[in-house]
Amino acid sequence: MEVLLAGTIGCLYAGAFYLMLRRSIVKLLLGLGLLGHAANLLIFATSGLIRFAPILNESAPKAPSEVADPVPQALILTAIVISFGVLAFSVVLIKLTAAAAGTDDVDSLRTSER
Amino acid sequence: MTRQVILVLPILVPLAAAVFSVAASFVVQRRVALVALTGHLLASALLFALVASGEVFAVQLAAWPAPFGITFVADTFSGLLLVSMSVITWLVMLHSTASVPREIQRLAFFPLVLVLLAGVSGAVLTGDLFNLYVWFEVLLMASFVLLTLGAERAQLEGGLKYVALNLIASAFFLTGVGLLYGTTGTLNLADLSRQMSDLPLSFPRIAAVLLLLLSFGIKAAVFPLFGWLPASYHTPPAAVAALFSALLTKVGVYSMIRVGTLLLPQPPETLTNALLAVAALTMITGVLGAVAQTEMKRLLSFHIVSQIGYLVLGFALYSVAGLTGAIYFFVHVSVAKAALFLVAGEFERRWQTTELTQLGGSYRDAPMLAAACFAGAMGLAGLPPLSGFFAKLQLVVATVEARAFLSLVAALSVSMLTLFSMCKIWAEAFWKALPTTSTSVAPEESPRAMRFATVGLASITLLLGAFAEPVLLVAEQAAEQLLDRRAYLQAVLGGP
Repeated sequence: MEVLLAGTIGCLYAGAFYLMLRRSIVKLLLGLGLLGHAANLLIFATSGLIRFAPILNESAPKAPSEVADPVPQALILTAIVISFGVLAFSVVLIKLTAAAAGTDDVDSLRTSER
Repeated sequence: MTRQVILVLPILVPLAAAVFSVAASFVVQRRVALVALTGHLLASALLFALVASGEVFAVQLAAWPAPFGITFVADTFSGLLLVSMSVITWLVMLHSTASVPREIQRLAFFPLVLVLLAGVSGAVLTGDLFNLYVWFEVLLMASFVLLTLGAERAQLEGGLKYVALNLIASAFFLTGVGLLYGTTGTLNLADLSRQMSDLPLSFPRIAAVLLLLLSFGIKAAVFPLFGWLPASYHTPPAAVAALFSALLTKVGVYSMIRVGTLLLPQPPETLTNALLAVAALTMITGVLGAVAQTEMKRLLSFHIVSQIGYLVLGFALYSVAGLTGAIYFFVHVSVAKAALFLVAGEFERRWQTTELTQLGGSYRDAPMLAAACFAGAMGLAGLPPLSGFFAKLQLVVATVEARAFLSLVAALSVSMLTLFSMCKIWAEAFWKALPTTSTSVAPEESPRAMRFATVGLASITLLLGAFAEPVLLVAEQAAEQLLDRRAYLQAVLGGP
């Protein structure tokens, strides 16, 4: 399970960087999305790959080492909400940029640098 | 109790004002924003008065004890920065009521400025790593919108680069947070600091700290990660650029210093040497870019990068003298750079151009503006007795103490080039004869709010130079607290 998760996270990071290095702004955006997922999954892995939720059960109490750490999941939830908002803004931004520039090639978007 | 209320006021006041005025008309929004910024200024001044004696104090939100809840901490460093940022925002805001076009003011401009300030205040005051990420996103979101308000083509293209690079920085930040939480089980900065000094630096922790520094480096625009700044900062109205230069990149450096000093009690020598090299290269590439420019806002944008190098230099020296220099420089450069951007804003509004080749002889039309620009420009270049001189002197003394002579050479030669390009701005815009090919229009009368803000910021540069000693003493106290850490840890975690 750990190997599978580590592999998935690695693939997500690699895919994100690959997409961001392409010239299309749509792929840049997809890459940014994947990068966020990779970071979120990495944080998820720190809660420990344990089945049991940390719910207090008086009749059969569990030791802290037997339950998953809930804090990373709260962090991820926050990060997901934030990245959703930011991505929504970015979608509008790239749409306006592509319409104003008439191209989706990142390399030709140099008006502001000349 | 009252102290703890004062600690959260700089975040609450602008945030609440923004939320309650977002649906109102822009005239109401403007009034609300001026009142809220005055409130922010008062709250920051009170906070600074509380921490000026060297005391550090903390608030545990919802009474969750540290390290389990979210903590806000105030020490001399954060107090000093909050006050300077608040004063600058107040004056820039006043300037923007006259210099930013009406159609942009209508697009919720003032609530966005308030959200930006709330985000910056939160990032400065928080004592929790994940909470820092959240405040960063708050201020970034506001800055994304402020940067692209009006949706001109150059703004959109610059904005895209700014958004993409800052989102990558945020992802690096999250990755670093994940690695740190996985190896230490805590996100509280004070608790992390204690754990990092108790245990040897293992590989994941080094990687985590490097990722955090990398992400702050992108946000602060250090070499070689500064590409987004000159591409985007000159595209919005000059008042927005003034605000960004005083708040955004500076928060990146602030976090670098705060998190760096807390998480690396004894930084490895390779890291400090690498930081020294980055600082020197940032100064040099920034100023070389600036020398080549003939448009005022672009020239100043490259100078932001160059000045960030001096701040990183003070941090990389990791000594009380170096950090004192960096903190004084922080205050000085925020004020002087904002003043110069406001001068550019007056040109934008009254002459309809900031292109130096189109301008000339403005001294006759605007002697007051010429004086303000001269004070800001020479202050930035570091001519005695202005603020930049004392800032650079302190940094030079610190580099000599640390025997970092290459950095010393870089800092002094960049200073010469800064003087050159500042003379260029002043001479081209105010002194030389108006070129016959110029298409600039005859200037209209300067609105009073705009003149007051520009001259106000320029006179603060003069005051910072005249009262350099008390400010340097406060900066020294802040630097000692940063390196000693005991007061910070005790305020957050309690105990001895």
